[in-house]
Amino acid sequence: MRKTKTGKLSAVNISLPGLRAACLLFALLPMVAQAETPQQKGLAIALEADRRDTGWQNQTASLKMVLRNRHGQESVRQIRNKALEVDGDGDKSLNIFDSPRDIKGTAFLSYTHALKPDEQWLYLPALKRVKRISSNNKSGPFMGSEFAYEDFTSQEVKKYRYQYIRDETLDGRDTFVIERYPVYKYSGYTRLLTWLDKEMYQPLKVEFYDRKKSLLKTLTLSDYQQYLGQYWRPRQMHMVNHQTKKSTDLYWTDYHLKTALNRRDFDRNSLKRAR
Amino acid sequence: MIHRLLITFLYGTLAGGVLPASAGEGEWSGYVSSEYRAFLYKPVDRRQHGNNLSLAAQPEYYREWGGGRQSFTFVPFLRWDQNDSERSHTDIRELTWLKAADDWELRAGIRKLFWGVTESQHLVDIINQTDLVEAPDGEEKFGQPMLNLALIRDWGTLDLFILPYFRERSFPGVDGRLRFTLPIDTNNARYESSRKERNIDYAVRWESAIGEWDMGLSYFNGTSREPRFEIRPDGQALLPVYDLIEQWGLDLQATSGDWLWKAEIIGRSGQLESYIALTAGFEYTFVGIMEGAADLGMLSEVLYDERGDNALTPFADDIMLGARLTLNDEQSSELLFGIITDIDDSSQLLTLESSRRLGNAWKITLEARAFLDIPDNDLLAGIRDDDYLQLELARYF
Repeated sequence: MRKTKTGKLSAVNISLPGLRAACLLFALLPMVAQAETPQQKGLAIALEADRRDTGWQNQTASLKMVLRNRHGQESVRQIRNKALEVDGDGDKSLNIFDSPRDIKGTAFLSYTHALKPDEQWLYLPALKRVKRISSNNKSGPFMGSEFAYEDFTSQEVKKYRYQYIRDETLDGRDTFVIERYPVYKYSGYTRLLTWLDKEMYQPLKVEFYDRKKSLLKTLTLSDYQQYLGQYWRPRQMHMVNHQTKKSTDLYWTDYHLKTALNRRDFDRNSLKRAR
Repeated sequence: MIHRLLITFLYGTLAGGVLPASAGEGEWSGYVSSEYRAFLYKPVDRRQHGNNLSLAAQPEYYREWGGGRQSFTFVPFLRWDQNDSERSHTDIRELTWLKAADDWELRAGIRKLFWGVTESQHLVDIINQTDLVEAPDGEEKFGQPMLNLALIRDWGTLDLFILPYFRERSFPGVDGRLRFTLPIDTNNARYESSRKERNIDYAVRWESAIGEWDMGLSYFNGTSREPRFEIRPDGQALLPVYDLIEQWGLDLQATSGDWLWKAEIIGRSGQLESYIALTAGFEYTFVGIMEGAADLGMLSEVLYDERGDNALTPFADDIMLGARLTLNDEQSSELLFGIITDIDDSSQLLTLESSRRLGNAWKITLEARAFLDIPDNDLLAGIRDDDYLQLELARYF
């Protein structure tokens, strides 16, 4: 990336000597910045989205998950979600299941990392057992839903390469369309085509392409609300699997940001007392 | 029984005393279940029963306050068994008050907990007594009265336990299946401690997770949860003998890619000669088999006990092979198959456990066990004809 910039600048330098060259150089700088590659622009958008969503410290929310099979039969999971923002690393999250009742109290603790493998523990209340589980299973379904584990854990900037595709109006809202390519091993996707709202810098739609590069799922996010005057959170997510015709709806409620939670609420001890 | 009631009452009062008026709404959950066991062969002893029906219930009351940093939990358990009066029993699985601060947690009351990482047997797990009539694999436990302080530091968690009351192991009665050739006389248990079940046991455990490694180091001093046996003077039953022991334990797991490497090692003294025992092995998971959502795990563990044929466990020199199929579907369908083979005499223990949810509140579990080529002098000789199939249906609320 840097080579491109330097190349353009030196070309200017050679053709025009002296002070004039320097003036021209300054005049040209904004233009040069705009003449970034699609990769640079994609990354810049991702970094801006990340910057705007930094500083929420921690969050709690309730989550209702409605699974629908191809015949339209529904099953429901009720989950409490807690997340902790970690400076310079991926976030920590704790998901506790309230229903179905046979898995009530089951808790899933995840430490996301940008480049190292994630660390994950599962608490099984019937056995009182904390199990460290392999984090390679990123592409596996989260509790039988159409969401994979990797859709659920925090979306670190470093986990993808980026490319800006185009601007587009989606349902009356201006969006950047960018593509993300997972750089971490074991992802179930080859690319994620993402419609990012220009005002909120939050995704409105994501298309997931599988390892064979065919369209696997579409995620639609809606009913965004702003918290603490800065942070946008969706209240509905709708995921359709085009290959199995199954779908999963997520309904988020009771978002609370910057609560009294700290890292102690995200350790293995907290798993055992999670309810 | 009276003692048990007294303890229940004391803890009940304690819990009542610490529950502030401002505590949030409590909530009930739990399950009721019915189980049918079909035995494939006639019993070894004519007094033992044939096919069997059994019912169980385990309600749970939970109430928390102080932003979840304090809580009270009450979990009674009841079972009724058609044929075995020893299996019809009640217990208090949990009756605990918890206070969690930033760098410590205090728990007082009756509790269940688990230590360890391996699948075929649980050597390190020593705090809770096994409720053997519940499940022949020893996975079900009695509630243990305790005072437990956990110190939470950057270098890990240090758990300190005072265990003021001992629970005897349950064994199937004369009528029951899945027992030793001679029944166990649980009314005349012998203790090394003059205080018997009131001996005060204690335990310490450190555990931590560093990178790919999860590890625990534990020490226990008190009455052995696992008894040895003496023949009753009339020769008609076995008496459980509970010695005072010291036990060190180490459990380790390395999680590397699709591999889980596991080991548990214990050293025990005070129960006849000192010995060490070990379980070690791996689990490898094939993720998303047949291009679907299902995972297939392959497991293998070696089970070793220095005492060999004198061991109190049938798993002195054995190898376990297993497969775990997880469909990752809406019904959480799972299947676990395992074979434990004795390297010396080639006797085998086969286990199949499979479950799935029905609708949102029901769960059906199929379990099968078979005991192959058990020699007449083996510790398991009494169960050689007790191969069974079990279907359990549970309703959760």
